[in-house]
Amino acid sequence: MTALLEVAGISKSFTGLRALENVSFVVPEGSIVGLIGPNGAGKTTCFNVVAGVTRADAGEVRLAGTRIDGWRPDQVCRAGIGRTFQLVKPFAGLSVMENVLVGALNACASVREAKARAGDIIEQLGLAEKRRAMAASLTLPERKRLEVARALATGPRLLMLDEVMAGLRPTETDHMVALFRTLNANMGLTILLIEHVMRAVMALSSGLIVLNHGQVIAAGPPAEVTRDPAVLECYLGEEAV
Amino acid sequence: MIHLLTDGVSRRALKLLAGLCLALIAAPLAASDYLITVLILVLYFAYVGQAWNIMMGFAGQLSLGHALYVGLGAYAAAALYVHFGVGPWLGLWVAMASAAAVGAVIGFLAFRFGVGGVYFAILTIAFAEFARIGFDHWSWLGGSAGLFLPVANYAHNDLLTLRGGPTMFYYVMLTMTGAAFVVCHALLRSRIGYYWLAIRESPDAAQALGIDIFRCKMVAVVVSAAMTSLGGVLFAFYYNNLFPEQIFHISRSIELILGPIIGGIGTLVGPIVGAFLLTALAETLSEILRWAGIDLPGIKQVFYGFCLLGVVMFLPDGVWPPLGRWLGLAREEGER
Repeated sequence: MTALLEVAGISKSFTGLRALENVSFVVPEGSIVGLIGPNGAGKTTCFNVVAGVTRADAGEVRLAGTRIDGWRPDQVCRAGIGRTFQLVKPFAGLSVMENVLVGALNACASVREAKARAGDIIEQLGLAEKRRAMAASLTLPERKRLEVARALATGPRLLMLDEVMAGLRPTETDHMVALFRTLNANMGLTILLIEHVMRAVMALSSGLIVLNHGQVIAAGPPAEVTRDPAVLECYLGEEAV
Repeated sequence: MIHLLTDGVSRRALKLLAGLCLALIAAPLAASDYLITVLILVLYFAYVGQAWNIMMGFAGQLSLGHALYVGLGAYAAAALYVHFGVGPWLGLWVAMASAAAVGAVIGFLAFRFGVGGVYFAILTIAFAEFARIGFDHWSWLGGSAGLFLPVANYAHNDLLTLRGGPTMFYYVMLTMTGAAFVVCHALLRSRIGYYWLAIRESPDAAQALGIDIFRCKMVAVVVSAAMTSLGGVLFAFYYNNLFPEQIFHISRSIELILGPIIGGIGTLVGPIVGAFLLTALAETLSEILRWAGIDLPGIKQVFYGFCLLGVVMFLPDGVWPPLGRWLGLAREEGER
């Protein structure tokens, strides 16, 4: 498999705090990769560097061979990376339909086309009944789904999900897992996800990357990584075995 | 083109709109000269309110210095007419271009260097003040003594040079207000319109969805400035005198935004409803006071203050959203 996303030697410090130290990993085209690790390990910083929100002090980010480090978030999105925010940022004063429509405009030549695309995606995410509702009136799980719908609507090659299952009920988590599987299998969508819900991570990922104190401490197939003593010690704990 | 305007608008709304248009077109037949001048004022505020609403209501950028664009438009067209005999229909292009250029400079300074919110508002006030003081000392434009347009005989209307009576100005202003409504309606349903709303709601999320927020904000300020300047051109040719101390004054900037705030920021109809309510009520009030023989200077400003207070306290979204629902025009939540 060829690499869709390559992160090479990324370092980032926030006034004395080493958030990321020489982080390198690869997300192969068509895969689902989980990025896990304890709180404060640097997972979201890593996402923000890739998405163009935060500028790294050193290192390179490549999407399908093209360097994208230093690009603005909107340029990164247009290059083919859709991302969700851990703290959801819905357009509160707009309807669900309008929220997703804004994302869809990135992938469509006309507003009419974007409306159709947004409608389809709203359907897929199970938000059809809420399409006219204001985003501000949604519950947290619905907002998480809206966040995914919006990112998905931009037509990404790589979808980056930042804890979209946190706070969901188990059945909702299963629904979300099934959706990502379908998208991955049917449309070849590559997914990189930060997630603490191990039930979802294990069900989805074909590869895992573990961050701790800003460094990659393990990477590989889930079965191997979850047995790695270093990972068990810092994150998963003994009972995960 | 037509479907762009009627899409998503209920039949009831179209009927009411058509009725309102007809009433406004027929108004000069029945109205007195005084009423016509009041209506011109209403339409003027409805027009510039809509122009300001593009920036604040749609794109979420608070400008408190829109008098700057009114003044620039007024002075550009008036100077061309007074000094070179260039008519307003050519002058308006120069007016729009200069206002757009100044808007672009302000926008660039603010948006390139991340000046937002209150700080952006202060920047817009500062530029309007620069202009006020600068024009006060610009003798070619009359300086503080003012710039005067030659006043024509009111007996006949000359549309080509905009010399004539109130009725002519009424129809010109009505056309402009109607055109502004159509333009705003189309903008709000276009790509840039949705981008503006997204930026207004959350710039970070908008950028993550591929929107070049700098470019979109620049478009908003340029379009809004150019539209506002057109109001200035009409202002110049209607009043025939311009004083920097008046036209660039901050009270003019504030006056201009009261309509949209009272009517409903970010709504299409709000600025128009707000302009009608405010001006009509203020004029009624001063008529009553005049009739009662009471002379209270500044009563209009006090009245505006109370209107604003009332709306902010009881109708924070403005008068239009609840009024629209009451009239049965808003078919669904989120309709603008």
